[in-house]
Amino acid sequence: MLSDRRPILLANARIVDPSRDLDFAGDLLIADGVIREAKQGIHAAGVPEGTEIIDCDGQLVAPGLVDMRAFIGEPGAEYRETLASASQAAAAGGVTTIVCQPNTNPVIDDPAIVDFVLRRARDTAIVHVHPMAALTKGLDGMELAEIGLLKAAGAVAFTDGSKSVLNAQVMRRALTYAGDFDALVVHHTEDPDLVSDGVMNEGEFAARLGLFGIPRAAETIILERDIRLVATTRARYHAASITCADSLAVLRRAKDAGLPVTAAASVNHLTLNEIDIGAYRTFFKMSPPLRAEEDRIALVEALAQGLLDVMMSDHNPQDVETKRLPFAEAAAGAIGLETMLAAGLRLVHNGEMKLITLLKAMSARPAELLRLQCGTLRPGSPADVIVVDIDDPWVLDPADLKSKCKNTPFDEARLQGRVKRTIVAGRTVFEYTSA
Amino acid sequence: MNIATKTSFVLHRRHLLGIEGLSPDEITGLLDLAEEYVDLNRQIDKKRSSLRGRTIINLFFEASTRTQSSFELAGKRLGADVMNMSVATSSVKKGETLVDTAMTLNAMHPDILVVRHHASGAVALLAQKVDGSVVNAGDGAHEHPTQALLDALTIRRNKGRIDGLTVTICGDILHSRVARSNIVLLNAMGARVRVVAPSTLLPSGIERFGVEVSRDMREGLKGADIVMMLRLQRERMNGSFVPSTQEYFHYYGLDQKKLGYAKADALVMHPGPMNRGVEIDSAVADGAQSLIREQVEMGVAVRMAVLEALSRNLPNA
Repeated sequence: MLSDRRPILLANARIVDPSRDLDFAGDLLIADGVIREAKQGIHAAGVPEGTEIIDCDGQLVAPGLVDMRAFIGEPGAEYRETLASASQAAAAGGVTTIVCQPNTNPVIDDPAIVDFVLRRARDTAIVHVHPMAALTKGLDGMELAEIGLLKAAGAVAFTDGSKSVLNAQVMRRALTYAGDFDALVVHHTEDPDLVSDGVMNEGEFAARLGLFGIPRAAETIILERDIRLVATTRARYHAASITCADSLAVLRRAKDAGLPVTAAASVNHLTLNEIDIGAYRTFFKMSPPLRAEEDRIALVEALAQGLLDVMMSDHNPQDVETKRLPFAEAAAGAIGLETMLAAGLRLVHNGEMKLITLLKAMSARPAELLRLQCGTLRPGSPADVIVVDIDDPWVLDPADLKSKCKNTPFDEARLQGRVKRTIVAGRTVFEYTSA
Repeated sequence: MNIATKTSFVLHRRHLLGIEGLSPDEITGLLDLAEEYVDLNRQIDKKRSSLRGRTIINLFFEASTRTQSSFELAGKRLGADVMNMSVATSSVKKGETLVDTAMTLNAMHPDILVVRHHASGAVALLAQKVDGSVVNAGDGAHEHPTQALLDALTIRRNKGRIDGLTVTICGDILHSRVARSNIVLLNAMGARVRVVAPSTLLPSGIERFGVEVSRDMREGLKGADIVMMLRLQRERMNGSFVPSTQEYFHYYGLDQKKLGYAKADALVMHPGPMNRGVEIDSAVADGAQSLIREQVEMGVAVRMAVLEALSRNLPNA
C-alpha cells in the first residue's frame, strides 16, 4: 500500500481548503512530501515526469483531519489499541494527525514518556501522532507536571485526560504557569461529585431506565470556574468536550469578553443523543454523557457559527469485557477515528452545516490551536491530504473496522461519505478498495 | 377439591422484563389468572402439575428473602423443579460476569429464569443470552413487574376496580423500581397516580411520567383511595438524601394523622420490608386499613400466574 515518494497529482477534484476559505474545482500537486500548488489547470499545464496522476472525478480533496482527542492504550493497554492500530483506523477515517491523551500507564507526565510515544509512533504508526501530556503529575490534580520540559519534548498540550482538576488553586497555578510557556491547557469539565452515581444525562429518560443522571451543572460549574481563572491568568484554555447548551452560553460570554478560550465537542455529541441509549446499549455510554436532542442541536449550531472551535472523535477503545456489562457497570467511551468524518458528514447532508465549516473544525482549527503546520492545503505545507467521496452511501460493518476494539455507536449505521485515499507527508497510506 | 384453571390466558412474550410495554389486556389477563390461584392457594391441596418437568432457576444477585421465597413457592405449587441461586455470595466474587453466569446456567436448560440484579437493565442483558424465559424479579431502580402486578391484584380485590382510583405513592421514588413499575401499570389501567416525596428523592423528569407530584403529605394524600408507602434504605437516611429518620418520619412517615388526609376508606400498602417508625407507623401498618399482609398473599398468586402464562408460550408447551 505504501507508495514511493514520487509526485502525486490529484486531478479534477473539488478542492476545499478551510484554512483559507477556499472551495473550488481544480488540481493539487504533491512532491517531496509537501503541497506544491493547488489550482485549476495544473494537469493541463503539465506535471513533472513520473508523477502519479489520480483522477478524482470531482471528489473532495481536503487537508487530512486533525483529531484533538483520542485515547490510545499505548503504553499500558496495548490489548485495547496500539499506536499502530489506532493509526490504521485513523488513516481509514481520513485522520492524518492523532493527538493522543496522557492517561496511559505509565501516565505521560515525564519527558521520557513523551519521547517514547513519539518514537513508537515514528516506528509503527502510519499517520502523525502528537501526545498531550499531563497537566498534573500522575493526573492526580495536585502537583504541576513539568510543563516546560514536556513541551520541549514534543507535548502539544496539557490535560488531565478524562479527569477534571478539582482544586481551584492547582488549576489557577497550572494556568498561570502554562501561560509562561504559551502552552495550551485542555480540560475535561465535569465535577465528579455531581456525577456521583450518574451514568447518563439526567432527565426523564434516565429516570425511566432507572439509571442515575449526570446533571448539566456538573459541566457548567467547572467550565464557569475555569473561565474565571482564565480571566485572571490569560492562559490559553480549551474545553475538551462540551455537551450541553448551558455550556455554550458560558463559552459565548468568555469569547465575547475576548478571553483565549476555545472548545470542542465530540462527533458523538454532535450526531447522537441520550435516546440512542435505547434499551441500555452500552456503546452509547460516554463520558461526559450524551445529552438531549435540544443540546445536540445547540452544539451543531454553535459549531456552524464557530462558537465551538473543534470537532473531535473522542476515540476510546473498550473491549467486550468492559462493555458487555449492565449499563451502570460498563466503561464509558466509543471508538471514533474511523467514523468521525462519515458521521460528521451527516450534518452536511442534513443541511445543518456547510462542508467547509465541518472540515475546518476537524482540520484547520485544531491545527491552529495546537500550533501544528498541518490542516491546510497552502503550498509549502506538509502533504497531509485526503480524497473523499462525500456522497458514497455505506453501512458500517464492525468487522471492517481497523481498530482493535469494535465499540462503535455507529454499528450497522447508514453513513454517507467515504474516504478514498489518505496521504500523509506525500505518501499514500490508505486507499479504499471495495470488497 | 381441586379448582381447574378456567382462564386460558397466554402471555405471548418470551420474557417478562417490565410493566412498560404490557397492554391493559395483558395486565388484566395476568390478574384474572392470578385470581384463580388465590383461591387455589387457600385450599389444602395447593399443588398443580401444569409446570411438571419444567425447571425454574431463581437467580438472585441481590439478597431478597421474601421475593425469592414467593417465587419458589409459586413454581413448586405449579409442579416445577425450582432451584435457588444466590449469586451475590458465589461466582461474582470470583470475577465471573453476569453474561458468563447466564451462559453457564443456560447450558443446564432451565425453562424459566427468575432474576434479580442490583443494576438497572441487567435482567434484560441476561435475557439476550439465554434460550428460556426470563422473569424480572427486580433490576436496580428500573422495574419490579411482579410487585406492581400483585399490588394491582390487591387493589382490584379490595376496591373492585383500578380505573378511576386515586393512588398516592409516597417515599423514595428516586431509587424505587416498585414505584416505576406501579406508575406505569396504574396509568395503563386508568388510575390517577400521585407521588409524594422530598425533592431529593424524586427523579428529574418525574412530572413527565403522567403523575401529579407533591412534596407535602396533606396535599398528596387528599382524596386518595390507596396510599402506597415505599421503603427508605438505611444508607439514604442520615444526611445524604434526607437529614435524619426523625425529620423524615415527621414530614413523610405515614401515621394515623396523615392517613386521615386520605379518603375515610383509603387502604394502605407497602412492598416490604418495612422500616417501622421511619416511613410507616406500626399502628397504621397493622391497622384496619392495612393491606400489607394481603399483598404478600397476592404475591404468590401473581407469580404463579406469570410463570404459568409464560410457560404456555414456551416451546413444547
